[in-house]
Amino acid sequence: MRLLIANGYLIDPSQGVKAGRNLLIEDGRVAGILNYSDDVPEGAEVFDAAGLIVAPGFIDLHVHLREPGQEYKETIATGAAAAVAGGWTSVCAMPNTDPVNDNAAVTRFIIEQAERAQLANVFPIGAITKGSRGEELAEMGEMREAGVVAVSDDGRPVPSAGMMRRAMEYARGFDLPVVDHCEDRSLAADGVMHEGVWSLRLGLRGIPALAEELDAWRDCALAELTGARVHLAHVSTRGAIEAVRRAKERGLSVTCEVTPHHFTLTDEAVEGYDTNTKMNPPLRSRDHVQAILDALSDGTIDAIATDHAPHHADEKALEFDRAPFGITGLETAIGLAFDRLVHRGIIGLDRLVELCSTNPARIFKLEGRGTLRPGAWGDVTILDPNLRWTFDARRSRSKSRNTPFDGWTFQGAAVATIVAGRVLYTHPSLEDRRRAIA
Amino acid sequence: MFTRKDLLGIRYLSAEEITHLLDVAESFRDISQREIKKVPALRGRTVINLFFEPSTRTRTSFEIAAKRLSADTINISAAASSVVKGETLLDTARNLEAMSPDLLVIRHPSAGAPHMLARVCRAGVINAGDGANEHPTQALLDALTIRQHKGRIAGLKVTIVGDILHSRVARSNVYLLTKLGAEVCLTGPGTLIPQPFGDLVERGVRLEEKIERALEGADVVMVLRIQRERQNAAFFPSLREYAVHYGLNLKRLERAAPDAIVLHPGPINRGIEIASEVADGSRSLILDQVANGLAVRMAVLYLLLGGGVLRPDGEGEANREAALISEESGSGLGKVDR
Repeated sequence: MRLLIANGYLIDPSQGVKAGRNLLIEDGRVAGILNYSDDVPEGAEVFDAAGLIVAPGFIDLHVHLREPGQEYKETIATGAAAAVAGGWTSVCAMPNTDPVNDNAAVTRFIIEQAERAQLANVFPIGAITKGSRGEELAEMGEMREAGVVAVSDDGRPVPSAGMMRRAMEYARGFDLPVVDHCEDRSLAADGVMHEGVWSLRLGLRGIPALAEELDAWRDCALAELTGARVHLAHVSTRGAIEAVRRAKERGLSVTCEVTPHHFTLTDEAVEGYDTNTKMNPPLRSRDHVQAILDALSDGTIDAIATDHAPHHADEKALEFDRAPFGITGLETAIGLAFDRLVHRGIIGLDRLVELCSTNPARIFKLEGRGTLRPGAWGDVTILDPNLRWTFDARRSRSKSRNTPFDGWTFQGAAVATIVAGRVLYTHPSLEDRRRAIA
Repeated sequence: MFTRKDLLGIRYLSAEEITHLLDVAESFRDISQREIKKVPALRGRTVINLFFEPSTRTRTSFEIAAKRLSADTINISAAASSVVKGETLLDTARNLEAMSPDLLVIRHPSAGAPHMLARVCRAGVINAGDGANEHPTQALLDALTIRQHKGRIAGLKVTIVGDILHSRVARSNVYLLTKLGAEVCLTGPGTLIPQPFGDLVERGVRLEEKIERALEGADVVMVLRIQRERQNAAFFPSLREYAVHYGLNLKRLERAAPDAIVLHPGPINRGIEIASEVADGSRSLILDQVANGLAVRMAVLYLLLGGGVLRPDGEGEANREAALISEESGSGLGKVDR
């Protein structure tokens, strides 16, 4: 099986390629980068990418697929479908399922379900502690063998520095990055939005920025002590970014990701009490959003990840303080990245590819991903920087609709998603771009 | 002048709307002084009081206000409703809505609950207190009381003492008083007056941790209830210490202007946030507040149900409202319901 992605503009930061080239995929792997003038290989299906950007497949380091246990919110199949519709060829699934992915059996189940779905690649993330209770280490070695690519107690962050230290020391032995949702629970208390003038104005309990910042500094200090690979999930505060910046200056193995909603919205969006503006970490004030934009621009932030967190409509149709945290994000992330970052001059196109593909593959050491080198997986995301489109949540592939971006119009989109040489998604604007060459 | 469907908070109102509400409330005060305390203004209208938190004063006040305007009223409290069976707020609202009420008066522990109702209901929604967000009719009755005694709001120095953080009364009052040009000073223990309160509105609010300094020259002192039910959150060490350091007693009150008035939204904790000699003293207007609460709620019910825009007689609004309170008037509204 051969697929030639022809006439596109290739951007692959992993090998410094930024030029008009054809990309040949054979039997699921990259076979080569060809010049436009080269002959079309025999029997290849041709995907005409003229006017489009061809990038190594995008990798989302942070999603919640809810299976096993909460299939009414999302399944691995529906989540993976939403992923490819949003331009993601791979997603990394957080372990806060029911049961928690804290052992190899659950890990294997997730991988099997993903194989059955035949959509985006799904890389499970294992729990740091059993049941994510923060008490005893989970069986990281077993899970590693079964296929987890990182460990995290996302959503129930490890409260004790002592436990986190042991987790980092232990994970290092299996070369697993430790992903932390930074949140000091004693400071966050039972807050439901960012603590600031808007939380006071709306009468909602606040989560101070310091709750994240304090844990970020702690994790960076522990990274230095233990030498572990540490990745800070969804950083949302000036202080957490500053902690990562300092850690990088000191040469520590610390990376971080940011979500599209945190670089797009501020806490002011909570006015009106729409529960689709409730997530953790919460939408922050303008000053923090500016710090995120600066860090995206200067390279401190390594990755864009969605924190896709589907919830059933009934669960979100509650009073603000009673509704669960989280929003979906797989299908709007790239639109937001173009609209809010690329078209506003915050980042360039190659940086976009780094943030969504090259760096995520490097952070979780995903072999043969995030690159279009010959021999790598034939995972490709095709981008149209100028397509104007409107997101309609009712047509989302996800089982859930909890998004604040319903009805938003974006300039720029992922218009085709190719996993191991199979074209799994094409935007309607590309209907006639594919043809088989006899 | 007042064409809103809902009253969700003072934050959304203009100074003109607030003044108009107060003027109409003023005109309603007399009704409660009459022998026959009822006018047919809202005859045939249905008002549902939906209370998810305990309340005597506010619920009774709304109920009497509606009845004096001849509306039919129904009270639903959370303990007696389907909430205990697990029904969601939206389902409760939809079911009530199916019975075609004209207004829903809601008190709820979650900030924003009335906003949610207002989005899905055709009926108007009145916020009777939502979590720590707003309690608009309380601020209106406080303002009416201040206006009666001071003749104005603009330029007054108003000091609010106590648990500002958890107080919907404080928020509504800050919005209202600053919109009408008063200078507001917030004071209390550092744990209960977070710094960003200074930026709550564009101008007119300052924070002061020393109560003595905050009271200096105040024209109005508003004392907030210490919410004993929130004690477990440990915002201050003990009620005793609170009373000593932040309670309003006669000695502290001496720092305020000589003709300063004292307000409290009730229910009061005697000897904690307010000393009995202040609560029962000549400057205390606590009972005036209750009486004004009735007038304000009548005005709100009346205006939300079209009183401010319907002009069947083709005459000016002011005339119409004058007619409303005049028993001799030929207008149907003015007739006493016998």
